[in-house]
Amino acid sequence: MSQPMIEVRDLSKRFGEGDGAVHALEHIDLTVDQGDIYGIIGLSGAGKSTLVRCINLLERPTEGTVLVDGRDLTRMPDKALRQARKSIGMIFQHFNLLMQRNCLDNITFPLELTGTPRKQAVARARELLKIVDLESKEKAYPAQLSGGQKQRIAIARTLATNPKVLLCDEATSALDPKTTRDILRLIRDINRTLGITVVVITHDMKVIEEICTKVTILNHGRIAESGLVEEVFTNPKTEAGRRLVYPDGVPFELLPKSRVIRVAFNGGTAYQPLIASLAIDCNVKVNILGADTRNIDGKAFGTMLLGLPENDAEAARAMAYLAGQKDITVEEATDYHA
Amino acid sequence: MLESLAQLFESWGVSKALDQLQYLFDPGTLPFAIWETLYAPLLATVFAYVIGLPLGILLVTGEAGGIRPLPKALMQVLNTIINLLRSIPFLILMVMVFPLSRLILGTAIGTTATIVPLTVAAAPYVARLVEGSLRETDRGVIEAAQAMGCSPWQIVTKVMLPECKPSLINGATNAAITILSYGAMSGAIGGGGLGSMALMRGHTRNQVLVLYAAVILLVLLVQIIQSIGTALCIKTDKRIDHTNTKKRRKQS
Repeated sequence: MSQPMIEVRDLSKRFGEGDGAVHALEHIDLTVDQGDIYGIIGLSGAGKSTLVRCINLLERPTEGTVLVDGRDLTRMPDKALRQARKSIGMIFQHFNLLMQRNCLDNITFPLELTGTPRKQAVARARELLKIVDLESKEKAYPAQLSGGQKQRIAIARTLATNPKVLLCDEATSALDPKTTRDILRLIRDINRTLGITVVVITHDMKVIEEICTKVTILNHGRIAESGLVEEVFTNPKTEAGRRLVYPDGVPFELLPKSRVIRVAFNGGTAYQPLIASLAIDCNVKVNILGADTRNIDGKAFGTMLLGLPENDAEAARAMAYLAGQKDITVEEATDYHA
Repeated sequence: MLESLAQLFESWGVSKALDQLQYLFDPGTLPFAIWETLYAPLLATVFAYVIGLPLGILLVTGEAGGIRPLPKALMQVLNTIINLLRSIPFLILMVMVFPLSRLILGTAIGTTATIVPLTVAAAPYVARLVEGSLRETDRGVIEAAQAMGCSPWQIVTKVMLPECKPSLINGATNAAITILSYGAMSGAIGGGGLGSMALMRGHTRNQVLVLYAAVILLVLLVQIIQSIGTALCIKTDKRIDHTNTKKRRKQS
């Protein structure tokens, strides 16, 4: 079984004191298993960034403990903590590269801190440049790179000291969709090939869907819900979860008066054209009144509201067809009213 | 040659022009004056940085929320001393530190002796310049360095100072020019150089040509120092994409 790599126990963080204190985080419990890609999602101000900073103690928690690889960081003296941080990599929204150093020297920077001989550090940096696919940019300065390239260099820099954990603080939030996918793919590759445990902080559901196995929804400094991504995203149990998964809400009142059913996709293949098959195989035209389906790792999740035809026979055919499909459940949308 | 030039100036109403021209064109006069103008202020700039650079670093790292906070009382004392020294006019400070100059150099008079008051006046100014530069360091970069396990000392030496190098060079240029202009006042306590030349001959003895020559040379020196400083600042700043600026220049 997988071992816990990060354990956050009853963690609270307050800024300020007395009545004016801001409770950024309250009683957070979190376990990230070794080798996982763990997502923490929430709207801005939910406390995600504070939480990730508490994991490497850039922010010191007011209460609670943080264990990384079995060692309690909150009890460490400064020097031991600095040593421990060398095995906890971190990348940021704004990359935070040293602007006066070229790419190679940015990557050797953490190695300089550990006193690695220059020759060895350069060799390691070249290796990493290859991993992030930027060998040609060795001598370039960060100002000459695009956002995606900067993030690749930041990833290479953080990998230099062979960390066990990689913390990503909104690492793709400043990037365009295509670059975001590339960077996420790189992070997933790193997770798979190097076995590094990854924590992803984001406000973007797509990022979580793309790479995470587990997710925690953070709301006003508290954990709203957590679990496997497919479970939380197909069936959010809390108000905060629903707000994230269905940001625009489900507008029941706007649906037309007709027979309405709800079709739930429970993880069947996403590549089967269900509605088109229904139309061709059964010769029934259904009306899609609303849909919120997602493709997670090639599997379909979510629900769809269908308006069935007025003709009883056709409606029954459609119902029968749908009921016969694997990984789909059909029910009448009784809570739907005009 | 000099005579005819003197006649021209006399015809414009400059009295005793020949005396002044002969003085100015004497091979011993201007080179020596320029040397005296430069060496005391430049040495003072170096000493001012020896004192002011660590102070400036402390002002940034030691404040509440800095990378290594120091006791609040200590920071207040430091700030007060710096403000106090900066508020004393240089001419008065110069006289006040006579005893210190005597203690260190054995004399309070002459060009070399002005190094002491110049350093005392410039160190707090340099501390503020350095403080201003270091405050420009990107908080995110410092955070990244901390996340990598940097000690406060490593953050100063490996992050803050190198990242702020262009701004620090800019500050040093400003410091050198300010100290140079302070140095011109040192003629009042027997210091040499273009400043004292302008004061003693130009003003006191009403030698207009000497006055203007000294001023023009001072202006030129300042221009040269500023140009060197600006060029160094741009050259060292890797945030500027030099390949592109060259291209742009070619295109235009």
